[in-house]
Amino acid sequence: MAFPRNQWYVAAYGSEVGDGLLARTICGEPIVFYRTRDGRPVGLADRCVHRRYPLSASHRDGDRIVCGYHGFTYDPDGVCVAVPGQRRVPRTARVPRYHVVEQDSLIWVWIGDDDKADPAAIPRAPWLDSPDYVTVRGMEPLAARYELLVDNLMDLSHETYLHAGYIGTPEVAATPITTEVDEEAGVIYVSRRMKDAECPPFYAKSTGIEGRIDRWQDIEYHPPCLYLLHSRIAPTGVEPGPDGDDSRACHAEIVYAITPETETTTHDFWMVARDFALDDEEVSAFLAESNRTVVLQDVEALNLLEKVIAAEPEGYQELSINIDTGGLAARRMLQRMTAR
Amino acid sequence: MSASGRRLRVEWTPGTDLLTGICFCGAQRRSDDPVELWRWLLAHPDHDLPS
Repeated sequence: MAFPRNQWYVAAYGSEVGDGLLARTICGEPIVFYRTRDGRPVGLADRCVHRRYPLSASHRDGDRIVCGYHGFTYDPDGVCVAVPGQRRVPRTARVPRYHVVEQDSLIWVWIGDDDKADPAAIPRAPWLDSPDYVTVRGMEPLAARYELLVDNLMDLSHETYLHAGYIGTPEVAATPITTEVDEEAGVIYVSRRMKDAECPPFYAKSTGIEGRIDRWQDIEYHPPCLYLLHSRIAPTGVEPGPDGDDSRACHAEIVYAITPETETTTHDFWMVARDFALDDEEVSAFLAESNRTVVLQDVEALNLLEKVIAAEPEGYQELSINIDTGGLAARRMLQRMTAR
Repeated sequence: MSASGRRLRVEWTPGTDLLTGICFCGAQRRSDDPVELWRWLLAHPDHDLPS
């Protein structure tokens, strides 16, 4: 399968990994996740070495997994410590153990060569577990290849058409973007700064700002998995102070983790972290519901697009225009990562 | 925007359809085609060769 390997991917939210056995396929690799009694997240290949039975359909004995078919028993490091009916455990009886890191409320898994995993390379999203922000989140299964979600998120002009009435206003599609690629860091930036723009319901109802706004959309994409949209909303004319103080504006950190499940399906993790109305549960409920609606609008469109691509002959020639400048940069970087 | 590294930048001039590609080496090129502009930027240091 053609995925960027030797990369970190978000496999789950930290809250999803606990006493139970969570099955999740990442880049075509079935993995079972759970948390040991001391709180450490574990990821093992989700296939018993004996007859392939999914360990996720099995049960735990303390920190061990006991295969639900014949009882092969595995330690958290993947080593089989007991088999039924005999004392000798074959030397090769072990399942691959994945490098797993919990950071910023996310469970990251390394897909690639065991000796190349470097936790320091995991990109950060500190808002997600910061006391200065409140986060709502969800995950939607996408029946489309992950590249379509990257295309979607790198070109936000589609908000005007696909998400009108939620986050889309005419100014999004009408405002030029600036695109920057940091080749060394492997980061793509796309910036759209809207002045004196209509405030979409998503922000009007959540921030309480009345009238027209200055709206910044600053994308920071860390291929392949982590997408950050730094969203700033302020009454028109309100600028950050010379000392950088921007407390008169509202900030929403929109985070996506784009994790391939298979070549044509994707885990679409979405999060909205905000620094305003922190104690207002109604705002949390509204943002969660609204953003899920927006994500599902994308899911419906991308699922349709996947069917179109699957049915067409090879060699379809797309047309790209100025709005695609960031998406083209992302495609190129992903192609380079996949070819490595 | 990023603070360091080998940066390639494309600016879209407001009120026009014009893009300006700026390489980290200082070379610049104008175009109305982002595909052509990325090709030019990524050709560094051979910006002058025909694409």
